[in-house]
Amino acid sequence: MMRVTLFGTRGSIPAPGPETIRYGGNTASVEVCGKDGTVLVLDAGTGIRRLGTHLATTTRVDVLLSHLHMDHIQGLGFFSPLFNSLIKVHVWGPASSVHTLEARLARYLSPPLFPVHLRDLPNVVCHEVPCAAFDIGPFRIRSSLICHPGPTVGYRIESEDGIVAYLCDHEPALGLPNGRWPSSDWISGYDIAMDADLLIHDAQYTDEEYARCIGWGHSTYRHAFEFAARVGAKRIVPFHHDPSHDDETLDRLLDHALAAFKCPCAVSPGREGTTFELGS
Amino acid sequence: MGHPIQIILARQLAGYLSVPVFLVDQTGNLLFYNEPAELILGQRFDETGAMPAEVWSTAFTPEDGSGHPIPPNELPLMITLAKQRPAHRCFFIRGLDGTVRQVEVSAIPIVGLQGDFVGAAALFWEVSQ
Repeated sequence: MMRVTLFGTRGSIPAPGPETIRYGGNTASVEVCGKDGTVLVLDAGTGIRRLGTHLATTTRVDVLLSHLHMDHIQGLGFFSPLFNSLIKVHVWGPASSVHTLEARLARYLSPPLFPVHLRDLPNVVCHEVPCAAFDIGPFRIRSSLICHPGPTVGYRIESEDGIVAYLCDHEPALGLPNGRWPSSDWISGYDIAMDADLLIHDAQYTDEEYARCIGWGHSTYRHAFEFAARVGAKRIVPFHHDPSHDDETLDRLLDHALAAFKCPCAVSPGREGTTFELGS
Repeated sequence: MGHPIQIILARQLAGYLSVPVFLVDQTGNLLFYNEPAELILGQRFDETGAMPAEVWSTAFTPEDGSGHPIPPNELPLMITLAKQRPAHRCFFIRGLDGTVRQVEVSAIPIVGLQGDFVGAAALFWEVSQ
């Protein structure tokens, strides 16, 4: 069985408070567990702090960063395995055209933003993506650059139990001519998300908000549902909620989207603490 | 297999420009040209669709100032594909509608973050008569 748990579903900046208690206020972090105990962590938003608290007995963790915007790395310094010499932490993420992944991460993991230097954490190993498909435990992982400002990847995690696609910050609808989707080979992220059993996808904006934020790298519920339909996903999890959207707003957005767009696949709200089980 | 994100974004950009743009993959296959380029090339992209390099490089009949055909390997886009560097030339095109137009063409390589050559774009500029 493949188990996927949402530890942070918020976009942009943490939004804790009584008004966001059901969907959660932590920024992006998702745990993917294999039946052999392999643990992958998708992104290192603030949700990774709590995620890390129950990994004390593992010996290896792989953190797969989609990109290095702050809401996807700000929890990394508080991920307890980083400071446990018995755990090897492999960090995967995109380099830029001029800086390595390690150099980019070190901008945050160094004073004055953080008291500890990344270079002083000997159990951390950095790997750059996108790269050829690679295997971690029972998982085969593919990465590909997707449409979002700055180097950003989507991840496809395959095992005998199913396929998880993670495109948390993604604007595949950018520049669609007259709102019409092109053929699949022209859709950002298509190969990553194709036939996914579980698609975790950006759904930050309302249609009205998107009109003011075109090119910022995010999607609406409608875009997310249409993308899910195009790639043939079996279940979509709208993700990366705007920090200004409280629980009631998110309930309403989801209800409206379900009624208006008739998503052909199953839809599960992206709520912190939710676990999905794939396979048997 | 989908196109690299750089090619997808290049097409999106081309779709928002009034400058004619011609987009090819790393082996020279024509992937897209925008509406302004349709005016120069004389046929809508929806009608021609994608084309191999050996087809498009002769289909639009490039000519020099004396009316002599320009060999494909001397066209800016073909130079960019072969050498993975920018190239520029002024020449004439007999479009698929039979009209001859003088154009300045600048071709640039599209190189990804990790130095991967994924294609090239050519920008056309019709020279006023």
